[in-house]
Amino acid sequence: MNEHLPALQTVVPMMAAPICILLRRASWVRVFAVAVAWSCLAIALALLEQVLTHGTISYALGGWAAPLGIEYRVDVLNAYVLVIVATIGAVVIPFPLDGRELRIPRERYYLFYSLFLLCLAGLLGITITGDLFNIFVFLEISSLSAYALIGLGRDRGALTAAFSYLVMGTIGGTFILIGTGLIYQMTGTLNIVDLARRLPPVLESRTVWIAPAFLVVGTSIKLAAFPLHQWLPNAYTFAPSMVSSFLSATATKVAYYVLVRVIFGIFGAAFFFETIGLSSLLLPLSLAAMVVGSLAAIQQTNIKRLLAYSSIAQIGYMTLGLSLANLNGLTGGLVHLFNHALMKGGLFLVVACALSRVASPDLEALRGLGRKMPLTMAAFVVGGLSLIGVPGTVGFVSKWFLVLGALDKGLYLVAFFILASSLLAVVYVWRVVEIMYFRESAVPVERDEAPLSMLVPTWILIGGTVYFGLNTELTAGVAHTAAQFLLGGAS
Amino acid sequence: MTPETAVGTAVLLPLLGAVGIALTGRWPNLRESVTVVTALAVFGVVLSLVPGVLAGDRPGLTVLDVMPGVALAFEVEPLGMLYGLVATGLWIPTALYAIGYCRAHGEENQTRFFVCFALAIFAALGIAFARNLFTLFLFYEALTLSTYPLVTHYGNDEARAAGRTYLGILLTTSILFLLLAIIWTWKLTGTLEFSPGGILAGRVDGPLVAVLLGLYVFGTGKAALMPFHRWLPAAMVAPTPVSALLHAVAIVKAGVFTVVKVIVYIFGIDFLSETGASIWLMYAASFTLLAASLIAFTKDNLKARLAYSTISQLAYIVLGGALATATGVFGSGMHIAMHAMGKITLFFCAGAIFVASHKKNVSEMDGLGRRMPFTLAAFFVGSMSIIGLPPTGGAWSKWYLALGAAEGHHLVFVGVLMVSSLLSIGYLMPVVGRAFFLAPSSDPVENSKSEGDGLGLPVKGFWSKIHEAPLLCVAPLCATAAGCVVLFFYAPDILGLLQGMRLSG
Repeated sequence: MNEHLPALQTVVPMMAAPICILLRRASWVRVFAVAVAWSCLAIALALLEQVLTHGTISYALGGWAAPLGIEYRVDVLNAYVLVIVATIGAVVIPFPLDGRELRIPRERYYLFYSLFLLCLAGLLGITITGDLFNIFVFLEISSLSAYALIGLGRDRGALTAAFSYLVMGTIGGTFILIGTGLIYQMTGTLNIVDLARRLPPVLESRTVWIAPAFLVVGTSIKLAAFPLHQWLPNAYTFAPSMVSSFLSATATKVAYYVLVRVIFGIFGAAFFFETIGLSSLLLPLSLAAMVVGSLAAIQQTNIKRLLAYSSIAQIGYMTLGLSLANLNGLTGGLVHLFNHALMKGGLFLVVACALSRVASPDLEALRGLGRKMPLTMAAFVVGGLSLIGVPGTVGFVSKWFLVLGALDKGLYLVAFFILASSLLAVVYVWRVVEIMYFRESAVPVERDEAPLSMLVPTWILIGGTVYFGLNTELTAGVAHTAAQFLLGGAS
Repeated sequence: MTPETAVGTAVLLPLLGAVGIALTGRWPNLRESVTVVTALAVFGVVLSLVPGVLAGDRPGLTVLDVMPGVALAFEVEPLGMLYGLVATGLWIPTALYAIGYCRAHGEENQTRFFVCFALAIFAALGIAFARNLFTLFLFYEALTLSTYPLVTHYGNDEARAAGRTYLGILLTTSILFLLLAIIWTWKLTGTLEFSPGGILAGRVDGPLVAVLLGLYVFGTGKAALMPFHRWLPAAMVAPTPVSALLHAVAIVKAGVFTVVKVIVYIFGIDFLSETGASIWLMYAASFTLLAASLIAFTKDNLKARLAYSTISQLAYIVLGGALATATGVFGSGMHIAMHAMGKITLFFCAGAIFVASHKKNVSEMDGLGRRMPFTLAAFFVGSMSIIGLPPTGGAWSKWYLALGAAEGHHLVFVGVLMVSSLLSIGYLMPVVGRAFFLAPSSDPVENSKSEGDGLGLPVKGFWSKIHEAPLLCVAPLCATAAGCVVLFFYAPDILGLLQGMRLSG
């Protein structure tokens, strides 16, 4: 049983998706989906534990050995990402569906859970597989289900948002496929470990030079790295809040993982950072993302869109860590995967709680909510403080490593920039706080808190931002090990 | 109770008190009892640490390791001991005063008010007992955030604007400069622990020392060194008890405490005096010192005048640290206590005047001394301490600051201190003079108004002319005024405590 865990990680949610359709009854399906998501988390944790104690796990799917067969390969890096994805899935999926946010009636909720599990399976699959083409396959599984999930939003805008995400996502997917094809043409293999061995001799060929361009741009679209982020604000704004929570916390994180894997696992850091000089492109773009994303967030009047633009800025932090390409920087980027997943996932759940009581996600509608829903809004404040990076929250931990990474490289101005951009977060977070606590609502407010079934998942994620802000052994510890592994493996 | 558990208890108690206040919010009398009992208990526990610290112990407690080498940990050393004593000791009269003030004034949201107050004390104690820069920074930000609801207590546009200035300046400086300085220090030394003699000596040299010092000093916005002082006058929109404890004691002292602590235990005074990296800071502090005094003259609003006086007095403490001599540091430490006692008295008086007569401006206070003799007598004593006249505590701290300047051969700053004392006579004494020597502007409505509703405890009895604020307002301010005089005689003990600081490694 134990040696089949890597396969079960994707097979369980994948098989569960059609079973949801067979079960039909909304209440049964929900319980079933929760059980599946929790077992995914258990598997992910078990895999992380195995990797940390025994080292990398290689699993030949169907008994076909690599490079011919598909290999599932779990090392510190993707075990860590698996845990992030599975944790968010496990916390978000029990969150009750709210008819006010969904296009479909209650009788068809089973479709929602089916899509959700498919998306989860796809994201876990991308992360666990050691095969480049397989990454593309799982990417399409997760993306197609994500388009449909976004399209379930009640607002009409959800359909166009899903469609433009589909167009952008397909371009991204195609780019990845082209890149994969180009290197397959030169090396005759798709297995990542095998590629890393066979690529260096042909690294000088033009075909191989073009492949990373396609791969990086393709994954950057999926990652919503500035300036390829246009699809993201609408998608997160119009999707049901719970979907926004799940996708913001997982989809972009997995794309970041793919980018890291392409850079460090396939071509090697030396190729990207010395031969091509990726940093000189990625670093300014990351800084631009931090500023432009935050400035855009400041101007939003819709809380979901505000959080979406904030995501673009936060993704900038992650890519910044990558562009620093040293131990502290990379640790900062990787630990921010987990940290941002917690805070943004939690904040979108706060919005979901709020939307169960107010009509619209406009900031104006949130007036007086601090009195009406004190627990929900306290969660927003804590999550917001984490976005700012106040000590004692996870945001601080990420910032700590990123600034340290910048100082290690002697980039004092960049270090200053990282801190300055977190002040922009103060502005957009506090705008919301002021509206919630200082502006009186048009109608008299009475205490009307979201139900416990919504508050518990929200506070698990928000509480996590404080817990992992003070106890970084698991998060920063694993991220540090992963960064060491990547940099050590590359040199 | 072992000293270790006492440290933990002292820090944790205000937090538990905050929870207790929140839970008993429905029953005001019970809630207020929780506040007072917590304040007394915290002070008792902090006091129990004193003998050990005097004997040279450094009781500490590691809560958890946040990152390898970065721990959430506490350790009590003399300077922190003193700051902890000041913050918790003055919480007791302030708690009583706040009860009287809030009830007489019919404040809303009193539960939130008292909860945030207790949280602020929790944060202040965390700062006082922090063993390393991380812990200090954590509680520093917690103090900013927990006092934001107090500053914006009234919830109107003015309060909101003040809140923006408050958060804007304090968060901006701390994140942009202080955090950068801390991370930089970590990169240079690989540690964040406060150590005798500092940790930076030999790790950094040249102009970088001065730059790093600048990042620390300006990063500590709570020290209100110009040009980052605007938040303090803005915060005066808060109810007066908040101005009293937080903007005369806990918050601003947290700022200067941080500055002095960094100078002593991160840079080391020997290292600073060798490199001369703090000379610019002496001038910067002197500028703030004089400029704020001059601005105080222009303020007619009593609380605003006191706020600028605070800015000026804080610069004394920064100056004492920047002198980088042992005597200067002792003078700074003493001034933390002396100024706290004096300024809290003045704020209490300002609040009492406001409660009893609804007057905010100095120009309206003619003849007020006849109606409120106790309050204005206390104001006089508090002013003496701020000016630095015997027999009040302020005389000693100024003495040691001047001595520190002389020892460091920076005679010009002795002159600065003296001029500033004269200036403070100029902006404080008119209040007392007007109140006692000028005839009241005739205002029959004002005079016939009965005072002391709220608790129903007016000071009655000897002259019918007297219309003081409620007893719960007047008693604390008389107590702290007496405290100013008492401190004059206990100054050697404070000095003795501070002399236990390990200034070199």
